[in-house]
Amino acid sequence: MTTDAPARPARTAPTPGGARTRPGWWNRFDLHGSPYLFIAPFFVLFAAFGLFPLGYTAWVSLRSWDLTGDAGFVGFANYSRLFGDPDFWNAVVNTLGLLVLATVPQLLLALIVAALLNRPLRALLVFRLGVLAPIVTSVAAVAIVFGQLYGRDTGLVNGALGLIGISPIDWQAGKLSSWVAVSSMVNWRWTGYNALIYLAAMQAISRDLYEAAQIDGAGPIRQFRNITVPLIRPALIFTVVMSVIGGMQLFTEPLLFGQGDVSGGSLRQFQTIAMYMFEQSFQNFDYGYGSAVAWMIFLLTVVVGVVNLLISRRLRGGAQ
Amino acid sequence: MSAKWWAAVAAVGLVAVAGCGGSGDDAAADGTITLTVKTFSQFGYDELYKQYESTHPGIKIKEDNIAKLVDYTPKLQQWLTAGSGAGDVVALEEGILVKLMAKPDQFANLLDQGAGSLKGNFLEWKWNQALTTDGKKLVGLGTDIGAQGMCYRTDLFAKAGLPTDREQVGALWPTWDQYLATGKKFAGANTGASFFDTSGSIYQNILMQQGDTTYFDRSNNLIVDSNPGVRKAWDQTVSMVDAGLSGKLQMWSPAWNAGFKQGTFATIPCPAWMLGIIKDQAGPENAGKWDVARVPGEGAVRGGSFLAVPTQSKHQKEAAELVKFLTSPEGQTAAFKAKNNFPSAPQALDDPAVAGAVNEYFNNAPVGKIFAKSAKELKPVYLGPENQQVGEAVGDALTAVEQGKLKPDEAWSKAVADAQRAAGK
Repeated sequence: MTTDAPARPARTAPTPGGARTRPGWWNRFDLHGSPYLFIAPFFVLFAAFGLFPLGYTAWVSLRSWDLTGDAGFVGFANYSRLFGDPDFWNAVVNTLGLLVLATVPQLLLALIVAALLNRPLRALLVFRLGVLAPIVTSVAAVAIVFGQLYGRDTGLVNGALGLIGISPIDWQAGKLSSWVAVSSMVNWRWTGYNALIYLAAMQAISRDLYEAAQIDGAGPIRQFRNITVPLIRPALIFTVVMSVIGGMQLFTEPLLFGQGDVSGGSLRQFQTIAMYMFEQSFQNFDYGYGSAVAWMIFLLTVVVGVVNLLISRRLRGGAQ
Repeated sequence: MSAKWWAAVAAVGLVAVAGCGGSGDDAAADGTITLTVKTFSQFGYDELYKQYESTHPGIKIKEDNIAKLVDYTPKLQQWLTAGSGAGDVVALEEGILVKLMAKPDQFANLLDQGAGSLKGNFLEWKWNQALTTDGKKLVGLGTDIGAQGMCYRTDLFAKAGLPTDREQVGALWPTWDQYLATGKKFAGANTGASFFDTSGSIYQNILMQQGDTTYFDRSNNLIVDSNPGVRKAWDQTVSMVDAGLSGKLQMWSPAWNAGFKQGTFATIPCPAWMLGIIKDQAGPENAGKWDVARVPGEGAVRGGSFLAVPTQSKHQKEAAELVKFLTSPEGQTAAFKAKNNFPSAPQALDDPAVAGAVNEYFNNAPVGKIFAKSAKELKPVYLGPENQQVGEAVGDALTAVEQGKLKPDEAWSKAVADAQRAAGK
């Protein structure tokens, strides 16, 4: 922290004649200490509810700890068991698969929706608010309704498929079918949110650019590709990063899709790593192992995040 | 500068932490002892507490209830680990108890509190579940049990040309093979409904009737692949799936719930507590369409609980006395009257209030008699601490067979491999 010299005279000015009413240490504290006090609430809360659990989880993950209590330090045994655990890797594959299915179509669709909303339309506000509606819906309600839609015997989706001659699908039983169902929930819920972010970025683009492009003979598609997309790139990168972080922690949608079954289907078709962590910690009460899974989620998110960053940096570099 | 920084942080930190102060002492100045009882769901003890307080001056009872078992269990673990918070009496569900039996030192030995003479107050298997294998330590006393019957839809049975009277229906299936045969007859009538809801609970029922061990022997060795009883229960269930008797519904799913009203399945193994669920789901318009018969095979229960005294209690002696009172035949009868928790005391089972209980919704079925019979016939079964994980592994494999995702042989190998992994951590 720099000593802001001009502040000092201003503070002592109202007491001319040198009659100092407050002790010197208080002034010094007020000047140098109080800013820290003002920002402290966040950091204290973060330390208590963010940093401490993180560290404590790391500590628990090095121990053997079940319902009967702490059975002592086991080093990296939980982690080595994790690397040889097919159920864990199955959960990783599911999570990454769902991530792709739930992010790529979502962002593409959001981009299109944003482009459509960025034009003069009748009842524009209604549409703009409309795309936001899914976010205010509680995730549990979404999952329950989608669970009904994808019901095997009486689901609306199977009913619609029946009209075009496709026999009913047991959505929960298959890997791909369950992934499609779960990712459709995520897509439905978050497309509008991303579209709104894109829309805000698009509105910051100067109209002159489009006019100039029009004069040069560029059509709407060309304008979209060469002006809109490059200029909203920061927003694109932001949404990709946020979606990826959200996707790595995917939990509620698949859990409720499976009617609260944390193993995610009979063959763990749609068990994500967050669900696997929950299963180990709170169903099998293997806290040490569950903590190790939690740390792996953290590390995997970091790895995916770094890959993301490298790719986006490259994209940015290529554009300039 | 840095010292001040820390001082500032510490000051704010202190303010934040100050809110989580300690709790008051449970022995008041006048010598009154407050016993805290931790329960989940509904134990139906309110009247019993009042009664106990009036006959035991100087004792006050406070119940901390957590509605859902899934929320209660992690809390219980925290209390036990932290060494405080568990109060004086804790309720332990059967699945948790079998895990805790591996390391019972967190609970007072009730044999030291004179509970040994109460053995006759409990069904033998219920008593043994809370007794260490060497027989020297008793962790808890039994409360209720999930005694079981077989619920069935009379209208669907009539449609399929089967008898509808509960005595005659029970006579259709003295064994599971005959249950299968009845199911085939039912399926042949093409009523549009399946014979039972899901294979999971059928399997569980058959398994519990296969002798004194299931997945683990008494030394906690995994015997899932060598115990003929497990394989027999598996094969019998698979043959029912093969015969197309299962509705392949997941328990608690919306389709399963709706099935009670719509009559999408004709039978379902029903523990005492499920009668309430059937009544709620099927609704008043279906009153009298559901009925209860005996369960195939000999005896069946699902779930049940215990009361135990944690060693962290400061009033273990008084707490043990309260546990003895609450789990006495009279206490269990009172809990049955209050919340339909089915007793584990043979005397309570014979009490007119229990034995004579009928359920109006189920055509006035004598549920007290039917459930008591299944509870008394059951032989003790040893479960083992990893019972639940292994059970899940086998159950999931069975569901995969039901869904047609695995062939029975593949599913069995997978079940055994998963079970070994679950047990061998």
